Amino acid sequence: MTAASPNKPDFQPESGFIVACKRDLKLAMRSRGELAQAFVFFTIVVSLFPIAIGPEALILKRVAPGVLWVCALLAVLLTLPRIFQQDYLDATLEQLALSRYPLAAIVGGKMLAHWLTTGLPLALLAPVIGLQYSLEARELFILMLGLLLGTPVLTMLGAMGAALTLGVRGGAMLMALLVLPLYIPVLIFGTGAVESSMAGLDAAANLYLLAALNLFGIITIPFAVSQAIKISLD
Amino acid sequence: MGVVGIVALAADRLTLNRGERNLFTDLSFSVNGGEALILRGANGVGKTSLLRVLAGLTMPDSGNIFLNNTNVKPLSESSRQHIHYVAHANQLKDELTAEENLSDALAIDGVTTTLETRLDALNRVGLLKQRQVLANKLSQGQKRRIGIANLLLNQKPIWLLDEPTNALDADAVTLMLAIIDNHLTNGGLSVIATHLALALNHPSDDLTLTEPK
Repeated sequence: MTAASPNKPDFQPESGFIVACKRDLKLAMRSRGELAQAFVFFTIVVSLFPIAIGPEALILKRVAPGVLWVCALLAVLLTLPRIFQQDYLDATLEQLALSRYPLAAIVGGKMLAHWLTTGLPLALLAPVIGLQYSLEARELFILMLGLLLGTPVLTMLGAMGAALTLGVRGGAMLMALLVLPLYIPVLIFGTGAVESSMAGLDAAANLYLLAALNLFGIITIPFAVSQAIKISLD
Repeated sequence: MGVVGIVALAADRLTLNRGERNLFTDLSFSVNGGEALILRGANGVGKTSLLRVLAGLTMPDSGNIFLNNTNVKPLSESSRQHIHYVAHANQLKDELTAEENLSDALAIDGVTTTLETRLDALNRVGLLKQRQVLANKLSQGQKRRIGIANLLLNQKPIWLLDEPTNALDADAVTLMLAIIDNHLTNGGLSVIATHLALALNHPSDDLTLTEPK
């Protein structure tokens, strides 16, 4: 990328993507307490199941993929309002929409920032917390890979729901109702990967499907979200 | 301040309804470079809505907006290159300092600035000492001043200003007017919603919105 002189700013979409990502990362780092809540939530809820179900290794192992994935999904759900809500309330979202950069590029940057501060840490945290479920190293590794591939999809679909419910009364609940059904494919492939690994099968097929969802999302969702924002601002 | 080419903004038979309520019908006007249009009218009559329509944020029910004699779609690329909209809200991030708010707002708009130019702009609006203060620790008037500093650097020819003098003291109002005048001298144009009598040195038209019957 060429450096822009003060009088000739460049409006390349990729610059908009980077600027928006940096901005949101900086904002996230300024409110670390809020950031940590999702991980504390994930850790606590995942730890509640062994307490509630009992310490039988066989049963725990059986429910582990589902429990870990559902908890990760709920943790991501809790953080979704962060993507656009504050920008909407302080009217900086209007600045973003009126920026010389395309809104889709800015939205893409914001989603990457959200994943870097939510999905990525969750995926890295999951194998550690998953130890309570007496999963083996390979299964934990597949769990982490699945989360690394699946959480970006959760962020993107979630951004869609968050953008559509901006400014709606009771928006958080409505957003959950909109988004959770869309999360089902990710949940199926994500848990499927860990389960096939537990059955001694190759987890690759499920992981590839997650990767495919991911690519499809990257290509389409930023445009859909930018349209949703324009509708919400109207 | 960037060099501004010839600009003109025109509205052609704009109609906007919000829910059951009609705000304006077949509203037409034009503003040329070097001119200002002052929007007047009682609270709730639709001044902000009209500015948002011009900015492209709100879709009119009918009518067109012309930019340099070309019909532009809301939030189209050419409209985003030309139009700067200062909302009634402060458009600031509480967790960032005055200087960071300014630099982020400019960066997100695609304007590359140096720290020097930003500090210079903050100095002009009297915020140099407060540059490291978090936005939520600033007074309402000081927050508005960050928006003025942004105006100094944003290099867009069309300014849509919603109550720009709100919460400003006498000195800041004078500064604001000087900045608008300077912008008009450079060939820019401005549409301003306000309740004050603005003493601009450039030709300005008044457009008074009234409650429809």
